[in-house]
Amino acid sequence: MTTLTLAKALNEGLRRSMEDDPKVLVMGEDVGKLGGVFRVTDGLQKDFGEDRVIDTPLAESGIIGTAIGLALRGYRPVCEIQFDGFVFPAADQIITQLAKMPLRSLGTLKLPVVVRIPCGGGIGAVEHHSESPEAYFTHTAGLRVVACSNPADAYTMIQDAVRCDDPIIFFEPKRRYWDKADVDLAAPGLSLDRARTVRQGRDITLVAYGPMVKTCLEAAAAAEEDGRSIEVIDLRSLNPLDVDVLTESVTRTGRCVVAHEAPVFTGFGAELAARITERCFYSLEAPVLRVGGFSTPYPPSRLEDHYLPDLDRVLDAVDRSFAY
Amino acid sequence: MTADAPRGVDAPPELVQLLTPEGERVEHPDYDIELTAEEVRSLYRDLVLVRRIDLEAVALQRQGELGIWASLLGQEAAQIGSGRALTDADMAFPTYREHGVAWCRDVDPVKLLGLFRGVSNGGWDPAEHNFHLYTIVIGSQALHAVGYAMGIQRDGAEAATIVYFGDGATSQGDVNESFIWASVFNAPVVFFCQNNQWAISEPLEKQSKIPLYKRASGFGFPGIRVDGNDVFACLAVTRRALQNAREGQGPTMIEAFTYRMGAHTTSDDPTRYRLADELEAWKLKDPIERVKAYLFKNQLADQEFFEKIDAEADALGKDVRSRCLALPDPPPGAIFDHVYAGAHPLLDEEREQYLTYLAGFER
Repeated sequence: MTTLTLAKALNEGLRRSMEDDPKVLVMGEDVGKLGGVFRVTDGLQKDFGEDRVIDTPLAESGIIGTAIGLALRGYRPVCEIQFDGFVFPAADQIITQLAKMPLRSLGTLKLPVVVRIPCGGGIGAVEHHSESPEAYFTHTAGLRVVACSNPADAYTMIQDAVRCDDPIIFFEPKRRYWDKADVDLAAPGLSLDRARTVRQGRDITLVAYGPMVKTCLEAAAAAEEDGRSIEVIDLRSLNPLDVDVLTESVTRTGRCVVAHEAPVFTGFGAELAARITERCFYSLEAPVLRVGGFSTPYPPSRLEDHYLPDLDRVLDAVDRSFAY
Repeated sequence: MTADAPRGVDAPPELVQLLTPEGERVEHPDYDIELTAEEVRSLYRDLVLVRRIDLEAVALQRQGELGIWASLLGQEAAQIGSGRALTDADMAFPTYREHGVAWCRDVDPVKLLGLFRGVSNGGWDPAEHNFHLYTIVIGSQALHAVGYAMGIQRDGAEAATIVYFGDGATSQGDVNESFIWASVFNAPVVFFCQNNQWAISEPLEKQSKIPLYKRASGFGFPGIRVDGNDVFACLAVTRRALQNAREGQGPTMIEAFTYRMGAHTTSDDPTRYRLADELEAWKLKDPIERVKAYLFKNQLADQEFFEKIDAEADALGKDVRSRCLALPDPPPGAIFDHVYAGAHPLLDEEREQYLTYLAGFER
């Protein structure tokens, strides 16, 4: 066991991927000498050279577009988008090209491109540095979308993502980059498309991913003192979705709250609520409730504590569920 | 030139030309080409056959057999000249109008038609032909070509990429980003811009205040303008640019100065925005007639040869037509195929549900 921050776990995972496969490249803005603004690629250029860890011009569409070309030539690029709010210049390449080219080729082309995006708020940043754009990408067929929530998963999930032949949007919870945990560098992780029950409970199921998993675990611990037994599921993969784990849990507990930082309106939680309701209708004691960001742009950082669902807002949603 | 003047009637002086519209060979201080009679006849055959495929495709669309078609009429020399400059190891990234380049890369024309008929969104294996899939979003492929060229660099391979785009695409961010990438990474790529003067209804003046080839110098690599209706010049200029790229001298932008003789696509009506005398002026610069005149004048081909090529073109047209009409519609379940590299539980579920639903109508 090694104690690692989430950022360092990603770094170690990337290092391992690059050692295992000479076709793996890292590319993005400031990923070289600086090691990325969050230091996720720290030291990689020094060890693997400028041809494999590429400091790119400052243009996101260019990063994804050239990564597609490199993938067509047999490489496995891992692209860093510096902040969530800067992915939109690359949205065209991601949505019209990266996601659809394998289908366009009738399966003859594989595009093993990983697009790493630090996501979410909570770090007191200026505008465009705190967003949660996952629903734009889960709505795009052809992409896989995953979100890690802790150092151990970060370490294995990034390696699995690099090995995967599908293009992947890989969300990293930026306010959790500095969270530490023990990581077994030798242990294989849970399969990339599986959800994990991170806390068992009897009374209600909390579903989260990325930065909100920790919030939900804290909420569950607090609720236990009040005698409520909360189950927490870390989705890990948003597309494909591990519906069976959700179904089993909610069928058992009869109640479900979905939590994410993104706005609730047409957010990923809406899909979860609909699917869970379809699967578990006769077991539900209350409608599936959602807690998340408001239907507004992300606020200035002095207000972000009001915008981001915290332990109390999650438990408030739990209370509302029990009120039915 | 005012916006209303017929464009391109007077060829710009900086144009590289090796064969005049009248079929006269002319010298150029920087470019020359040595072609055997057989090679010239072969280029002529290419030009005639791709025009025939294009004509057949337009007819098929008019008869309701294709949803749409983007005609290459007038741009045959630009495409055959550049396409025949490629080696097998080179990689080409087309728009949706590069039927002539596809011909040079041995892509079955019926596969191109399949895309416009709606039986697939692509249809050929790019690696088999070193000819990428058609790209419909304007300019996106320029970045793919540069990325691919960066891969060639890393492989240490003796190859280059060529990327095709039009005058309108030069306004796209992706094309400009691809210029930057190619320049700073010294990527082995040739930017082949077919300036056919029109981006649907918008003339070149809406895209640029300077000649397009001059854009390259601002990005730090050479740009050159070639007579896009001169197959010899297109071949010579592209060969040189590709060789430079392979030898590590970085990118070149080629502006092939040509004209879109047809509509943008079969859905377009150019009579709404351009004048007939412009078209008439460009008819005199036809890319095929000048090669025919050259072959005649120099007694490199006789009447029998031309008749043979015409007969071959007609047979090809018939063959393309009959095989296009015979293209089967894909089965409904194909909607779900190849979206992901492996199994996907939601798609598997939707496929099964939909096929079961469909089967319900058969009882």
